[in-house]
Amino acid sequence: MSTTEARVSSFLRHWEASTEAPAWLRDLKSRAVASVEAHGFPTTKNEDWHFTSPAPITEAAFDPMRASTTAPTAADLAAVAFVPDAWPTLVFVNGRHAPHLSRVRGLPDGVRVMSLASAWHEEPTLVERHLGRHARFEEQALAFTALNTAWMQDGAFVSVPANVTVAEPIHLLFVTDAQGAGGMAHPRNLLVVGTHARVTVVEQYVTTSDSGYLTNSVTEAAVGDGATLTHHKLQREGRQAFHVGHIEATLGRDSHYVSFAFSTGAALARSNIYTALAGEGCGATLNGLYMLGGSQVSDHQTRIEHAQPNCYSREHYKGVLDDASHGVFNGKVYVHAIAQKTDGKQTNNTLLLSPDARIDTKPQLEIFADDVKCTHGATVGQLDDRMAFYLKSRGIGAAAARQLLTYAFAADVIETIELEPLRVELERLALERFVA
Amino acid sequence: MLTITNLTATVGDKQILNGTSLTVRAGEVHAIMGPNGSGKSTLAQVIAGHPGYEVTGGSISYEGQDLLEMEPEERAHAGVFLAFQYPIEIPGVSNAYFLRTAYNEVRKSRGEPEVDPMDFLDVMAEKLKVVEMDEAMLQRSVNTGFSGGEKKRNEILQMAVLEPKLAILDETDSGLDIDALRIVADGVNKLRRPDRAAIVVTHYQRLLNYIVPDFVHVLAGGRIVKSGGKELALELEAKGYDWLVGEPATGAVTA
Ligand SMILES: Nc1ncnc2c1ncn2[C@@H]1O[C@H](COP(=O)(O)OP(=O)(O)OP(=O)(O)O)[C@@H](O)[C@H]1O
Ligand SMILES: [Mg+2]
Repeated sequence: MSTTEARVSSFLRHWEASTEAPAWLRDLKSRAVASVEAHGFPTTKNEDWHFTSPAPITEAAFDPMRASTTAPTAADLAAVAFVPDAWPTLVFVNGRHAPHLSRVRGLPDGVRVMSLASAWHEEPTLVERHLGRHARFEEQALAFTALNTAWMQDGAFVSVPANVTVAEPIHLLFVTDAQGAGGMAHPRNLLVVGTHARVTVVEQYVTTSDSGYLTNSVTEAAVGDGATLTHHKLQREGRQAFHVGHIEATLGRDSHYVSFAFSTGAALARSNIYTALAGEGCGATLNGLYMLGGSQVSDHQTRIEHAQPNCYSREHYKGVLDDASHGVFNGKVYVHAIAQKTDGKQTNNTLLLSPDARIDTKPQLEIFADDVKCTHGATVGQLDDRMAFYLKSRGIGAAAARQLLTYAFAADVIETIELEPLRVELERLALERFVA
Repeated sequence: MLTITNLTATVGDKQILNGTSLTVRAGEVHAIMGPNGSGKSTLAQVIAGHPGYEVTGGSISYEGQDLLEMEPEERAHAGVFLAFQYPIEIPGVSNAYFLRTAYNEVRKSRGEPEVDPMDFLDVMAEKLKVVEMDEAMLQRSVNTGFSGGEKKRNEILQMAVLEPKLAILDETDSGLDIDALRIVADGVNKLRRPDRAAIVVTHYQRLLNYIVPDFVHVLAGGRIVKSGGKELALELEAKGYDWLVGEPATGAVTA
C-alpha cells in the first residue's frame, strides 16, 4: 500500500494545516501515521494475517472516496439493505453522513445519536474521553485501524446516559454507491453506554453498485458498569468490494456485550471484534454467521481479554462455504493471571458445500490464571446425505433440500439473536443465500 | 400398480436382495414379515430410491413407469411414500416448514398452486387430529428430540399430509403402545381407497388386526419365500420363521 501510505502522510499534512483540530486529536492522528510508517501493512508473515493475505487490498491504490452527488434514494437503500422504519437510523453514503436519508427521533431524553463530525462540536468532552482510547492500533496487524485513525473524518456517535434504556435499536447504515468506485472510506464510530444503560446498535454495510472499493471502519464502544450493549454487524458489501472492520469494546463491571456478526458480502473481508473484559463480573457473547460463495474470502478474528475475575465469554461462529470460498475464524482468548473464575466457551462450526471451499479455524487460548474454565471446539462437515435423502423422499428436490439443510445448519446461531425483526431478516437472508 | 421382478441389490460388497419379486395391485394391502436382517428395509429403501443401495438386477415398474430411473423426489411426486423404520432428525428445520415445503413441492409437481402458510395451517389442523398430535410438535425441529413413538407418529402425519398412492410402512408399529398403534393404523386405514395401496413391514401380527392385509409375505435371505393370506401372519407368530428358512438368515441382527 505504498502509494496509499504516501497519500496518508500527504493527506494528514494537508489536514493539519487546514483544520483547527484540538491538540489531543492531532496527537492521536500523528501517532496513527507514525505507527503505519513504522510497521507498514501486514502480510501473511504476520501471525494475525497468516490465513488471509491482505495483498489484494494493500497492493491496490485506493483514492479517498468521492462524495456522492446523486445520493441513493430511500427506495435504493431498501433494495439492498434491511431498513425498518421504526429504527432510528443514521445513513452514511461514501463515508459521509447523509442527513436527508437519516431519521433520528423518539429517543429518550439525553440519548445522543449524531454524526461524529457533529459530535466534535456538540460533545467534545465525551469524544475526547473515548475516541482512540479503546481501539488500539500500534501494531502491524492493526495497520488498518491505524489508517482509519489517521484518516477518520466522520461516522456515528451514540451516547446513552446512565440508567436509560433505549427501546428501539439504533441503526447505522453505511452505503457505498457507484461514485465510490475505486475509493476508500474510513467510517469511525463511537458508542458510549452509561452505567446501567441498555441499548442495541445495528451496523450495516451495503452497496448500491457492484464496483470495487474499500470500507475500512472502526467502531469503539465503552460499556459502563451494569450496562448492556447489544451490537450487531451486517457485512453485505458488494462482491468486488473489500471490507476491513474493527470493533473494540471496553466492558465495565457487571456489564454485558452481546454481538452478532453476519457476513455475506465482499470479495475479501476482515472483521475484528475485540473485547476487553475490564470490570469484574462482566461478560461478552460473540456470535456470528458467514455465508460465502464464489471466490469470497472472509476472516473473522475475535479477541476476548479476560482482565478481571468472574467474567464470562460465550462465542459461537458458524460458516457456510460454497464454491471456492475461503473462511477464517481465529478466536483469541487471553486470561490474565488476576482473572480467576473465568468462564469461557468458544465454538466454531463450518459446513463445506463444495470440495473447493476451505476453512481455517484457529482457537487461541492463552491462560495465565489457574482457576478458570475455558473450552473450545471446532467442527467441519458436509451436508448430511441421510437428511438429504429424507427430504427428497418427501418430494423436496435436490436443490431445495440443499438449501433447506444449509439453512438448518445456520438456524441455531441465528436464533440467538433476541432482536426479533433482525432475527427474522437474517433467517430470510440465510435461506436465500444459497438458492440454487 | 407396483411390479417388482427378480430384484437384486447390494450395499457395499454385500448382496442383500437376491431376486425379490412382488406384485401389488391398486386397492391392496400387503404385509411383509421376516427375520431381522432379511432385507425388508433394504427393499423399502430401494423402492424409495435410497442412493446407498445399488440395484444390480431386476426391475421395478410403478404405474407403468420404470421406478428405478426416477429420482427419489420424483417418486414422491408420483405418489410413493416410505415411512422410515428410523426417521431422520433434522435440527434447525421446523416440522411445519418441512411439511409445508413437502406438500407444496408435491403440489407443484402436479401443476397445482402452492398453499400459503395460513391456509396450510388449516390443512394441518385436520391432519393433526388423525394422528392425535399436539400443534406444538409443528414448531419443533423435524424429529429432533422426539420420542420413538412421536417419530413414528410424525411419519404418519407426513403420510396423511402427502396422501400417497403407494404407502410403505417400515416397522412403523415397532415400539408403539397400543394407543399409538391404533392411531397409526387409523392413519393408514383413512388413506385406504380402491386406487391406493400399502405395503406394511412388521414383525408383529397385532398390527394386522388393525390394518387387515390382503396378502402376507415372508422375506428371508433377500427373497420372498412364502406368500399367503392374513392367516399366515398368525401362523408365523406361532411358529417363527425357522420352518420356512431352514436356517437363520445370514447377517441376522437382533431388533
Ligand atoms: N449401509 C449398510 N452397510 C452394510 N450393511 C448393511 C447396510 N444396510 C443394511 N445392511 C445389512 O443388510 C442386511 C439387511 O438389512 P435390512 O435393514 O434390509 O434388514 P431388515 O429385514 O429390515 O431387518 P430388521 O427386521 O432388523 O429391520 C443386514 O444384514 C444389514 O446389516
Ligand atoms: Mg428393517
